[in-house]
Amino acid sequence: MNAPSAAQTAAPLVSLRGIYRSFEKDRREIPVLQDINLDVYSDEIICLVGESGCGKTTTGKIAAGLLSPSRGELRFEGRLASEYRTRSERMALRRSLQIVHQDPFASLNPTHTIGQILSFPLRRHRMVENRAGLRRRVWELLTLVDLTPPGDIVNKYPHQLSGGQRQRVSIARALTVNPRLIVADEAVSMVDVSIRIGLLKMLHELRQRFHLSIVFITHDLALAKYFAWEGRIAVMYLGRIVEIGPTPAVIGHPAHPYTKALLAAVPEADPDITRRKKQMPLRSEDIPSLTAIPAGCSFHPRCPFFQPGVCDHTVPALLPAPQTGQLVACTPLAQSGTLKPYA
Amino acid sequence: MTLNTPQKPVVLSIQDLSISYLAERGRVRAVTKASFDLHQGETVALIGESGCGKSTLVLGLMRQLPKNASIDSGSLLYTRRDGSRLNIRDLSKAGMRRFLWSECSMVFQGALNALNPVIRISGMIYDTAEAHGLGRREAKERALNLFSKVRLDPNRVFNAYPHELSGGMRQRVLLAMSLLLQPQVVIMDEPTTAVDILTQRSIIEVLKRLRDEFHFSIIFISHDLAVAAEIADTIATMYAGEIVEKGPVDEVFYRPRHAYTLGLLEAAPRLSAGAETLESIPGSPPDLIEPPAGCKFHARCRFMTDPCTITAPPLEYTDENHTAACYHRDQVLATRRKVLS
Ligand SMILES: Nc1ncnc2c1ncn2[C@@H]1O[C@H](COP(=O)(O)OP(=O)(O)OP(=O)(O)O)[C@@H](O)[C@H]1O
Ligand SMILES: Nc1ncnc2c1ncn2[C@@H]1O[C@H](COP(=O)(O)OP(=O)(O)OP(=O)(O)O)[C@@H](O)[C@H]1O
Ligand SMILES: [Mg+2]
Ligand SMILES: [Mg+2]
Repeated sequence: MNAPSAAQTAAPLVSLRGIYRSFEKDRREIPVLQDINLDVYSDEIICLVGESGCGKTTTGKIAAGLLSPSRGELRFEGRLASEYRTRSERMALRRSLQIVHQDPFASLNPTHTIGQILSFPLRRHRMVENRAGLRRRVWELLTLVDLTPPGDIVNKYPHQLSGGQRQRVSIARALTVNPRLIVADEAVSMVDVSIRIGLLKMLHELRQRFHLSIVFITHDLALAKYFAWEGRIAVMYLGRIVEIGPTPAVIGHPAHPYTKALLAAVPEADPDITRRKKQMPLRSEDIPSLTAIPAGCSFHPRCPFFQPGVCDHTVPALLPAPQTGQLVACTPLAQSGTLKPYA
Repeated sequence: MTLNTPQKPVVLSIQDLSISYLAERGRVRAVTKASFDLHQGETVALIGESGCGKSTLVLGLMRQLPKNASIDSGSLLYTRRDGSRLNIRDLSKAGMRRFLWSECSMVFQGALNALNPVIRISGMIYDTAEAHGLGRREAKERALNLFSKVRLDPNRVFNAYPHELSGGMRQRVLLAMSLLLQPQVVIMDEPTTAVDILTQRSIIEVLKRLRDEFHFSIIFISHDLAVAAEIADTIATMYAGEIVEKGPVDEVFYRPRHAYTLGLLEAAPRLSAGAETLESIPGSPPDLIEPPAGCKFHARCRFMTDPCTITAPPLEYTDENHTAACYHRDQVLATRRKVLS
């Protein structure tokens, strides 16, 4: 699987290498990301999943160039981000990488009309020639995200729109500057189930049309599966990627015990299946604090397949899983190809 | 179905409940003529989009509505364990206080983030116990016992302040507390929303276990169909303030009769399903100040015909225990059958 597909033989659009990031809190360094390696190819969808605080947003912000890593390399089209030196190069890089946030209330200025919200970046980045061009582009963008007729929308303020409509505005705003990558951080979590699918379909269409790459961040595994079926999923735990590979492999044949536990825990919108689903109890329900990350595999205190002396010793590397081939960071699996329950 | 619900007696019967809010623009008809029965030991899941009136319905039931709201009609008949009956609407303030917690308790939407930060868990337990004449020793004993049942470290949690506990732990504390006075009915408004997958799982497991042990009835509000599928015996779909369909969980999931329920089901991704074609429901919910005529869903409905725009379809039995308010229920059923086969 990790043999790159045809589309992936070119250099990745965005590449994270050995990324570490920490934040200071009460005079202590809190390691939030550790050794993140992630390539995002052109046209690709990658989903980042994992529990709250595992570092999804931080990873997304680094990939979008909004946050710098404490250590490690960020490359865009093969070139180090730090090598984009001139002002115009940096502006171009900034345009290429866009982020859509979870809460459209917080991210759209309430005192500006939708027309103004879309005009600012168009003017600032000189994406249009004149007023007529500006108007045309704003209408085009609103049409692209199905906010039609645009004439009804341009003069409205964010609070006059529904949650789903606001999220469409956020997406349109990201599109103003013709980006190459959109990081969608919980971009549909706040909108209703009935509307979510429409937004996701729209993102898919936009991706195909403009050859966008999408990093889709969500804590909803069923949604990740649906959206990234033809892409990849990366499962994060305590600041590390513990499993990454094509969505059908990760969802259908999870290799890492943590991924297995997550998948087993998700209820299914199907009474028969969900009642028959077998749970995978963990040894502990507590998520360790980032200030006291367990040694070795950080999942070992909770892992039902814990092997003393092995798992609590060395940090496992991401290696191909037996048979299914996605990358998984689990020492027992790498050594023996199977998992044995902890006695 | 985990229970054969129809044979059990009814604990709570909501009849023709209508609730509105007075807002600047006019009267918001948040709940319109909602009726349903809750049987002993039954779990009813109320599902539906944001703003359809789920919270309003249960807040009305518990007489906890804000000042600008009024119950415009309906009765809320409750049957005590001794068989005596009362209308919750007739209770005095003092009567209502006694009723809460001991007959019917509620875990409010977002409550886990609204706990008073300066009061220890023990303080909350004692306050509640005192209001119901339960001694401190007995209260503590019950609380510790319940905490261990919801898989919390009893002594640590009892003495903790809310901020010392994670979201999942706080939600389990609230669940345990709701059972302190051994109510017959527990209402939970979105108890697993905004919590992580593994936390949600432990809340679901704990809830099932408590339910098996204490046989209380549950009204469970969720916009997550998957959670509803797992824990409910009965599903009630709400749309724009009305209950538009109600039936046993398998009936509603596999043989829905309302176009809106069908729409919700077709929008819900399933992990086990491989590549899926999902559809969203076009449009958005109607204005509740000036609701549309006829079936309130008609503007978004693919089966819409003229009658739908004129007269609201009545909630009728389609099968034993299964009711729906839709003129096109046969088409709805046929569509679902085709997808499932
Ligand atoms: N600016 C910051 N200062 C200090 N700590 C931070 C900062 N940003 C993030 N963190 C911490 O880093 C960790 C990872 O945060 P991040 O937002 O990346 O997680 P996440 O996976 O996106 O979680 P969620 O699902 O809750 O959004 C958390 O413990 C968070 O508290
Ligand atoms: N205090 C209030 N004043 C005026 N209108 C209100 C008030 N509270 C709720 N509403 C309106 O009543 C309707 C029903 O709201 P309610 O909170 O019951 O919905 P809900 O189904 O619980 O939604 P959610 O899933 O978002 O919790 C909505 O249209 C809402 O805007
Ligand atoms: Mg985040
Ligand atoms: Mg609510």
